[in-house]
Amino acid sequence: MDKRVQFRSAWLPWLLIAPQMAVIGLFFFWPAAQALYQSLTLQDAFGTSSEFVGWLNFERLWEDASYLASFKTTAVFSLLVATLGLSVSLGLAVLANRVVRGALVYKTLLIWPYAVAPVAAGVLWLFMFNSPMGVVSFGLRALGLPWDHLLNADHAMALVVMAAVWKQISYNFLFFLAGLQSIPKSLIEAAAIDGAGPVRRFWTIVFPLLSPTTFFLLVINVVYAFFDTFAIIDAVTHGGPGKDTAILVYKVYYDGFKAMDLGGSAAQSVVLMAIVIALTVVQFRFIEKKVQY
Amino acid sequence: MVERRPALTLITHLLLLLGVMVVAFPVYLAWVASTHTASTIAQSMPLPLWPGAHGLDNYALALLGGVGESGSRYPATLPMLGVSLASALIIALGKIAISLLSAFAIVYFRFPMRQLVFWMVFVTLMLPVEVRIGPTYQVVADLGLLNTYAGLTVPLIASATATFLLRQFFLTVPDELVEAARIDGAGPMRFFRDVLLPLSATPMAALFVIQFIYGWNQYLWPLLVTTDESMYPIVLGIKRLIAGEVYTDWNIVMAVTLLAMLPPAVVVIGMQKWFVKGLVDTEK
Repeated sequence: MDKRVQFRSAWLPWLLIAPQMAVIGLFFFWPAAQALYQSLTLQDAFGTSSEFVGWLNFERLWEDASYLASFKTTAVFSLLVATLGLSVSLGLAVLANRVVRGALVYKTLLIWPYAVAPVAAGVLWLFMFNSPMGVVSFGLRALGLPWDHLLNADHAMALVVMAAVWKQISYNFLFFLAGLQSIPKSLIEAAAIDGAGPVRRFWTIVFPLLSPTTFFLLVINVVYAFFDTFAIIDAVTHGGPGKDTAILVYKVYYDGFKAMDLGGSAAQSVVLMAIVIALTVVQFRFIEKKVQY
Repeated sequence: MVERRPALTLITHLLLLLGVMVVAFPVYLAWVASTHTASTIAQSMPLPLWPGAHGLDNYALALLGGVGESGSRYPATLPMLGVSLASALIIALGKIAISLLSAFAIVYFRFPMRQLVFWMVFVTLMLPVEVRIGPTYQVVADLGLLNTYAGLTVPLIASATATFLLRQFFLTVPDELVEAARIDGAGPMRFFRDVLLPLSATPMAALFVIQFIYGWNQYLWPLLVTTDESMYPIVLGIKRLIAGEVYTDWNIVMAVTLLAMLPPAVVVIGMQKWFVKGLVDTEK
């Protein structure tokens, strides 16, 4: 896509892109290249000497049970965050799309969690489930369900999933609502005339037509669960109990900055980079398809 | 609405209200906790559901710092709010500024390697801070930027999303405007300043909301590059309150958390129209 009319200058465009290029080069490409290089070397703890070791760091990762466990944790975590987050937000969006009166008020009351910092979301949920005085944990105990996210891995996982979903609801809600509003009314009306009730209309018309939005949000939510939830995990569970909520990003941080295993951390970074690239490619191939459709 | 079903409409409203309340409940609870004394919270089983009378004391303590009931010292939150505000503004405005310039160059000039430049910006989407934390930290440390505003903000200022959104927008600006500007003898920068910038007000406002929140809520990056308390943004302040010490004064923690949530929430709700547009347009 080109403009028909353009300006001519040999030096001005370079000057204009210089700031962006400087930031990208210095803080994106150079560090990414460093990560690739470091993942193939072994450094001592003080960073004074390094030695080229080829694939050794990756082989060690592959044999490291805690790394494979972290993969599994991340998979479970992101699957839960994506499915729960998408179902709840889709439900709310369908409801909000139905009402005429007060639609804007509901929208306003549902979008503000977008502004909440992940760490704040984590602390809010931690407070509700904190023993002994947390309101929800108290209620659960009264029902005969003792809650202990400090010792019980499932409870810890449930807690971080709830905090992560809560924060992401408004984002999903807005996209679902926009998607619902772009579905032609005539289709729904035709189905209603043919005698299809609201539930039938939802599953046979609305849901299939919404699938591009759903797919887009699925990718976004997986990326969110992979990367943006670091603060929630760090504030609520510190990856515990044991390493049961240590997702991949948490482990990169922990191994690189706490355990000082630079080569191992860099190798993990490279694996993560591959995952992001794969997700981005999937997303953009899909967007191209959507354009043709 | 396709047909009238009063019962269904009523249920819809009830479910929506329930949804709104469930979403708001954690924040309501935090507000309640921030108005009680720490001992009330610690001894209550469960927590009171109605606000107490100590809100002012708690917020004063949270903002200005001091010694809590349990004897633990609290740092003042006010300067942290200042750091957060300054860095969120630098990040948001910086991103918009450098993206405006590069989108202008990519759309309005033909120069060698233009496609390459475009792709280089595009690829940064695939390199979030999290996948290159170690080496990026190294670069910032080598430049002596730890504990500075430059270190907190500049590495986050490159923005593929902002560049794309503005590029898309510039492509929709009629060519006749360029021709008219040229006939009137305006150079490229004059055109940029007097024609393009005023036209871009809406996308810029939309980007501002999204990037301000992005900047305000940064966590991992400040955690790495700040060690000096005077450079902590407020999100790190929250984390520090619940880490370390065995005993937590929840009333103060909740007051600080609410203070940290307030400015971005005000921005989102106050600029709702642009925010929704920006979010859906950038698909960010």
